[in-house]
Amino acid sequence: MKSSFPTRAVAFLASAALLALTACSAGSGTSSGSSPGGDQNLSIGLVAEPASLDFTTTDGAAIPQALLGNVYETLVKQDDSGKIVPSLAKSWTVSPDRKTYTFDLADNAKFTNDKQFTANDAVFSINRVKTAWTTSLKAAMEVVSSAKALSPTQLQVTLTKPSNDWLFRMTTRIGAMFSESGVSALATAPIGTGPFKFSKWNRGDSIVLTRNDNYWSTKPFFQQITLKYFKDATALNNALLTGTINVIGTVQAPEALSQFTSNDKYQVIEGTTNGEVLLSFNNARPVMASLETRQAIRMAIDHKALLDTCWAGRGKLIGSMVPPTDPWYEDLTGVAPFDLAKAKSMLQASGAAGKTLRLRLPTLPYATSCGQVVKSQLEQAGLKVQIDQLEFPAAWLTTVFKNADYDMSIVAHVEPRDLGAVFNPKYYTRYNDPTLQGYLAAADAGDEAAQTDNMKKAARRLSEQAAGDWLFLLPNLMVADKNVKGLPTNAITENFDLSKLAR
Amino acid sequence: MILRLIERAGVFLVSLVVSSVLVFAFMAVLPGDPARVALGVNASDEAVAELRRQFGLDRPLPTQYFDWLGGLLRGDFGTSYVSKAAIGPQVFDRLQVTLWLVVAGMIIALLVAVPAGTVMAARHRQVSGLALSALSQVGVAVPAFLAGILLIVVFAVKLGWLPANGWTPPAQDPAMFLKQLILPALSLGLVQGAVLTRYVRSAVLEVLREDYLRTARAKGLRPFQALWKHGLRNAAVPVVTVLGLQLATLLIGAVVVERVFVIPGLGSLLLDGVSNRDLLLVQDVVMVLVMAVLLVNFLVDLLYVALDPRLRTA
Repeated sequence: MKSSFPTRAVAFLASAALLALTACSAGSGTSSGSSPGGDQNLSIGLVAEPASLDFTTTDGAAIPQALLGNVYETLVKQDDSGKIVPSLAKSWTVSPDRKTYTFDLADNAKFTNDKQFTANDAVFSINRVKTAWTTSLKAAMEVVSSAKALSPTQLQVTLTKPSNDWLFRMTTRIGAMFSESGVSALATAPIGTGPFKFSKWNRGDSIVLTRNDNYWSTKPFFQQITLKYFKDATALNNALLTGTINVIGTVQAPEALSQFTSNDKYQVIEGTTNGEVLLSFNNARPVMASLETRQAIRMAIDHKALLDTCWAGRGKLIGSMVPPTDPWYEDLTGVAPFDLAKAKSMLQASGAAGKTLRLRLPTLPYATSCGQVVKSQLEQAGLKVQIDQLEFPAAWLTTVFKNADYDMSIVAHVEPRDLGAVFNPKYYTRYNDPTLQGYLAAADAGDEAAQTDNMKKAARRLSEQAAGDWLFLLPNLMVADKNVKGLPTNAITENFDLSKLAR
Repeated sequence: MILRLIERAGVFLVSLVVSSVLVFAFMAVLPGDPARVALGVNASDEAVAELRRQFGLDRPLPTQYFDWLGGLLRGDFGTSYVSKAAIGPQVFDRLQVTLWLVVAGMIIALLVAVPAGTVMAARHRQVSGLALSALSQVGVAVPAFLAGILLIVVFAVKLGWLPANGWTPPAQDPAMFLKQLILPALSLGLVQGAVLTRYVRSAVLEVLREDYLRTARAKGLRPFQALWKHGLRNAAVPVVTVLGLQLATLLIGAVVVERVFVIPGLGSLLLDGVSNRDLLLVQDVVMVLVMAVLLVNFLVDLLYVALDPRLRTA
């Protein structure tokens, strides 16, 4: 208390002024648009940071997006057009009874802990799904009765019943190959055979991957790739505009694209995803039990106008639960074409006209904006629609998903080949249709031709029965600096393949 | 003096306990099931029930509360439902980030408020004082996040002088740290500064009417000299109190500003925790914030006594 206040105040203010000055001089020399950290580095902006790095016990799309195919590899993978192609397995054969798969493995793949990848690791990884995984995805491995190593480079997997779906699921995270001696710290230090090594995780900010210089196949161009996580679309856009990042991995607000399309410093990439934006019906509700009502709802919606209004016209109209990258895709938008007059009279006939439907929306951008359009279009056809906003994920999961306390909702189902998972009596759609289940079982057990044929029937059946309404397919939208090469057109896998990127 | 301190300390402790009950109760009534959120959409009911058991969410609420409180008293913040990592280190890391922001915001607020408030008071009947008054009114009305968005648009996107968002630890790259700190600190500081200006103004006006200042003027000092020599210290008393109270506002403001500028501080941690229903983490973070605010108010009380000799006999 000896020094008088003014003296202390002066000292304090002087030091503060000094701080402000140094800060200003430090800030004056920045140039925007330079690539962060030189030509060997790339920075990608994404949303939704992983909660941990262990997708064997933690759910969520963010972990495989960052690690699968980059740090961990699978035996087989999907290419950009949706075909299953070799990865750690150079080739494979299926027995005539379609129950035994024999894989020939790469003999020069190494884990980043310097251990050789062998058939034993593959056996270990497949068995570990059943024993140590806790996420619900592990169910896809239940069809495996045994996995054994015939030699260090030959793996034989026997199934309890023929299943085309199993090989497809092996392209997803449950097919990831782990080292027997590399699973002690999955949540913080993942070890795989991939083109990149996990380097650092700045929680709340970014994950840094560095090039694996011992990679067994074609080495990637970039020495270091940073995945930066943002909370909202504006922050993402600003980061690209100011050169903090080089790529927006997923555009969150298509209406903001114009600032990039009109600027020749950037490229915009548009393709498809697996994300069907579903206007889901609770098929267990008396009002929804009527086929006529469900079909009328589909015909009351002008999908083209809806897409233009609420998602800037970006996306694809599909008419059922199949994206264009699946082999059994057909354009089914003609099954229930927009016809307001017909929809009105059908709703009168079914007795639904004038009734109030509760449209319970998750707090997600597309759901909020498209929900308003759905409401106004259905009200024109004679229904009343009451919108409830439910916080996503927590409140929506409990109310709509678990308790099925809703009439209609809107959410994008982004998992690949999820038609059977979404439309069954146990799921929140409460859709009980033995005919559909028959097609799905036949598709899984048959050969490729039978699979395609039965899946087509299943997709058409859903559309004709109006089990829900498919508003549109979410687009894969990316924006990047002009000079970034190798970005995928379609985003149809769980992972963001960084190995093909170059400058 | 001693009695006053004991009384203050008592208020501090009781407030802490009451806040902890409130925080816990709020979390308990929040809709949504942490276990279901953690497991995602395809989880079976059995798996969810099992995870609830693991989290200890199936126990009676009072048991959960006392467990949590006991942990806090031992310095054990528990384990996050979502990341499965210890919460303590996370909170500590993020707190450092937020404190940088709050301190820088505070400094800017003072740099704005002390000169502007003094001028406004000394010239409260002149145009310059009135103009500053009007300006500070505008500042009070602008929320920090809006200030942040405007600053980003002008200085980052349009002019390209400063990064639009991001955070670099000062130890890693001091220059980058400062560059990224300026805009968020300004968003906080300008708004808080506008609020503080009004307090400085009224405090200085108060002092100007005092006898001892008139005496100083009579000795031939110019108004600002007189203020500087005799007035500011007394005006500082109410200002310091307000500064303490404002720390709470600054912390809340920081939560929002962190979101706008993508800064991995306590605010981002809190918002993520709420949306993931990482209840234990949210309880811990809120308690840390409450504790910080109460502690500062307690310290302000002590400072008050130190700054104003007239209070020591009270």
